[in-house]
Amino acid sequence: MMAILKARLGGAPWLWSFLGAAAAWGATLIAAHGQGGGQILTAAFTFSAFTVLVSLGQMLVITTGPGNVDLSIPSVIALSGAVAMLTMNERPEMMLPGLVAAIAAGAAVGIANYGLIRLLRIPPIIATLSSSLVVTSIAITVGRGLTVKPPQLFADLVSFRFAGIPLLAVVALAAAVVVALTLERTVYGRSVSAIGQSRRVAQLAGLSVERTRLLTYLISGALAGLTGALIAGFSGGNALDQGQEYLLLTIAVVVIGGTAVSGGRASVPGVWGAALFMFLIVTMLNAAGTAPGLRTLLTGLIIIAVIAIGGGEKLRP
Amino acid sequence: MTSRRLLVLAERLLPALTLALLLAAIFHQQPRAMSYFGLNLLLNLAVPIVFATLAQMVVIAVNDLDLSIGAYVSLVACIGATLLVQTPWLGVLALLGAVVLYAAVGALIAWRGLPSIVVTLGLSFVWLGLAVTVLPTPGGHAPAWLATTMGWKPPLAPLALWIAAVVSLVGWFAVTRSSLGVVLRGAGGNARSVARAGWSLMAIRVAVYATAGILGLLSGLSLLGLTTSGDANIASRYTLISIASVILGGASFVGGRVFPVGAVLGAMTLTLAASFLTFMRISPDWQVGAQGLILIAVLAIRAVLARGKEAAP
Amino acid sequence: MPALPDAARREPLVTLTGVSKSFGAVQALRPVDFKVAVGECVGLVGHNGAGKSTLMNVVAGVLQASGGTLSLGGHRTLGGPAYDIRAAHEAGVRCVFQELSLCPNLTVAEQARIAHPSLHGFGWRRKAAAMMGQALDAIFPGHGIAMDDTVGRLTIGRRQMVEIARAFTESTGPAQLVILDEPTSSLDAEVAEQLVAHIRRFVELGRGVILISHKINEILAASDRVVVMRDGGIVAERLRQGTTREDLVGAMGHVAERARAVRISSATADQVVAMASGGPGSLGLTAARGEIVGLAGLAGHGQTEALLRIQQAAARRDRAVTLRATVALVAGDRTADGIFPLWSIERNMSARWLPHMTRHGLIDRAIERSEAARWRERLALRTPDLRDPILSLSGGNQQKALFARALGSPAQLILMDDPMRGVDIGTKQDVYAMIADEAGHGRSFLWYTTEVDELFHCDRVYVFNAGRIVAEIAAADLSEDAVVRASFQEHA
Repeated sequence: MMAILKARLGGAPWLWSFLGAAAAWGATLIAAHGQGGGQILTAAFTFSAFTVLVSLGQMLVITTGPGNVDLSIPSVIALSGAVAMLTMNERPEMMLPGLVAAIAAGAAVGIANYGLIRLLRIPPIIATLSSSLVVTSIAITVGRGLTVKPPQLFADLVSFRFAGIPLLAVVALAAAVVVALTLERTVYGRSVSAIGQSRRVAQLAGLSVERTRLLTYLISGALAGLTGALIAGFSGGNALDQGQEYLLLTIAVVVIGGTAVSGGRASVPGVWGAALFMFLIVTMLNAAGTAPGLRTLLTGLIIIAVIAIGGGEKLRP
Repeated sequence: MTSRRLLVLAERLLPALTLALLLAAIFHQQPRAMSYFGLNLLLNLAVPIVFATLAQMVVIAVNDLDLSIGAYVSLVACIGATLLVQTPWLGVLALLGAVVLYAAVGALIAWRGLPSIVVTLGLSFVWLGLAVTVLPTPGGHAPAWLATTMGWKPPLAPLALWIAAVVSLVGWFAVTRSSLGVVLRGAGGNARSVARAGWSLMAIRVAVYATAGILGLLSGLSLLGLTTSGDANIASRYTLISIASVILGGASFVGGRVFPVGAVLGAMTLTLAASFLTFMRISPDWQVGAQGLILIAVLAIRAVLARGKEAAP
Repeated sequence: MPALPDAARREPLVTLTGVSKSFGAVQALRPVDFKVAVGECVGLVGHNGAGKSTLMNVVAGVLQASGGTLSLGGHRTLGGPAYDIRAAHEAGVRCVFQELSLCPNLTVAEQARIAHPSLHGFGWRRKAAAMMGQALDAIFPGHGIAMDDTVGRLTIGRRQMVEIARAFTESTGPAQLVILDEPTSSLDAEVAEQLVAHIRRFVELGRGVILISHKINEILAASDRVVVMRDGGIVAERLRQGTTREDLVGAMGHVAERARAVRISSATADQVVAMASGGPGSLGLTAARGEIVGLAGLAGHGQTEALLRIQQAAARRDRAVTLRATVALVAGDRTADGIFPLWSIERNMSARWLPHMTRHGLIDRAIERSEAARWRERLALRTPDLRDPILSLSGGNQQKALFARALGSPAQLILMDDPMRGVDIGTKQDVYAMIADEAGHGRSFLWYTTEVDELFHCDRVYVFNAGRIVAEIAAADLSEDAVVRASFQEHA
């Protein structure tokens, strides 16, 4: 009976991240005397859209079990931003090919990551770490230190809003829905959760473990690739450090959103909630006039508190 | 000697061979580097990386991973460039406090059975926040004694080589030879068996994280001595570099298989990889990439050796 | 060495009075009285799950008894926390656990340091090496193990030797009582004899040994007294003198013979699986469509490995295995091999069906739900809601979900890895009937079981011993005696 009760209540750990986000927004409004709540939300949804897109990939990777994490995301963002901008080369008709090229570059890195894991039999952390170093250099070489501006149409599209709702947020929402559907309703999605709980059990149940892992790293790379292109378009051109913050941010968002670090349980809504929360908490601290150092420090303490309260999840109960 | 033993030997010598090969290539390209001055230039930035690597190594020895070491080293450098100069006693107190906080995080991880990777991820934000608070914009200056120490030119070989040698020896003794080092590696190899023999896994983790804190302290101070000014992001790359160096040194992520001498060699290899390209007249764009490629190459060789070992009788 | 006077020998080293142990509702150990006297080796025999390891873990302080008293070297407890591993170690209790508990990354000498906290300071390494060296030389002369060998690189047999030797080492206090749980499972006969000889020498010094082993000859050679356990209790006690292996096998033995329904075989002529012989002295394995083939023998003698190999051959080609059917496995070790602990009952069931219930790439939830509901009916799975977590079920019902996972799939060959562990008798009868029914419809079963009774539901039985298939018994010739004989046959 207890187990059932616990599962029902614990079934929505992502609710907390939304509550946190709402609280942070409320506090900001109070600090700003009720001014600009809408604008804050628009900004939150815009920036969270980027975070959500990359974090969805990271979430899939982390869900495949302990030790699985994609450290190559920042370098992929840098690379795909450059690839997208160079392919588009300020010509609006090249917009679609540019996006495809960026996604393909990310997917290629994902495949390479899996190849390293499989062929060298090394932990995913080391594989994605080594590939991130190489990819960074490729990004530098491809970008040649130049910032290419996005085509005007692309820049307009990525910052387009309708009634305060950013187009990007709609795209990220759609991506989240697709990922949620994939996890729930496809053999691949079920396999992700299965191998995260136990690779051995999944294999004995006849699920294809290796194909699932390959696809997962590929998807993570592709999503980072897409995000790289969008960020470059949004911020007026590609830059090498555009992905830097996403290394730690994606892991933090995934964990705070209620995805199990030990694998097997993903939480798609939690990614949205945690992304908004991470943005709004900074906004709140800003509005309260907190120094930037204290802001970062509090972010860290929140991450530690969330994981410590969430508790030591043993892989096998 | 059986082929199996030969393969094991090759595996153990791999870090040294990698470094030797890299040095040989540099000397071949630029014979002038083979001097006191040249070596000093090539290697002095290795010192802080060596300390950060050893900090990462003790954490990896118990199957944990520390994603906060880079931010921590930055924080130490920032405290060193400000408080330690302005109010020395407060600076010392702040540094000690950081070590205690590190140990407390170790206790938290052991107590709640938390994944170290997420906790240290959060911790890295804490260090960074503190560093930005202490030193909001790059600047400050190193205490004079620190700059003098790091600028010292000892006889025979540059300071970096002396430090690397001494640290290797101490590390080898403490981790590989000493009776406490055995318990440390044992906890990584089979924690249950160590606990069954009556050891406290909590005490082991606290000691591990405190040691990491002290080694990170040495890393931050030596870095400050070399650069003479602080920056909250000065060592953010150290997190990944230290993990890579430990692995390059022959260690595995799990199972308590760590090698201090290898780790020091790995740290020097990755430091040199950057300079190497300059000498080879390859674009500096590939500095980071070269580190990655060396890592992949060494891991590939190791995978081949491991497969050979499985096949050998 | 001088033999001890008889009076000293009778002095108890450890005495357990009415000690019991339960895990939740499961009573692993009924109240037992057990003692080891000074200078005595007690052999402990019984089938898997008879409670031997639980009893030893209580003596070693790993598990706290749920009731009863235990007295040993001045410690007297009533199941409280006062008696733990540390206290046991200080009182001189050493234990060699069934699973290897060395640190694979450390050298042989370094293992001693883990076990003896007093080994430190200058020259500890030499002392540790001498300690382990002496113990190994004394027990296994000619062992060929170097003290600076890394344990992980040793063969499994040598690892076991190191672990045994470590239990006999002494630092601050003497090893008073050494518990050996299946110490010779990976040792060859000659080395096992060395150990038996050492046990005799050791007890002559006035120490005690508890030896758990499935090898009856070894028990008879080493022990002064043999204790037989069954179903968590002690059922017999014999002095070595005058006891034969037949006596012991008989005492360990069997549930009273009951009337068995005669199985009418549904086996056909077409073979669905064939596995080539695994080496000299081993038979090959086959199964035909509609046939139920039993895999017997003591636990851990290669049955599970054979099943897993066949299972893997479905995904990756294996030259030794010819497979002409799709395969599904019913795991017996539910935690390690069967259950997805985070999932609902329904999802645990459907894991193996998924590829067959997708439409346009999406899983059809309606079919998934109705199929799960159908299997709940068929297996009489007791749960209010199939969306409840799998862990809300009892062990037996979890096992039913695993049966549903395999039987609900289109697989024609069902591999069963001792699936009835911890399953109640009612469930068992349901499942037996279903297996017979499914075989009648052309499915084949490879059924590993540790319960001899279940073999009578099979058409043919292979007996495993030490990784080899040593006997093939047709249903007509099947008897408990035949199975036990083949399982306990020793290859010296």
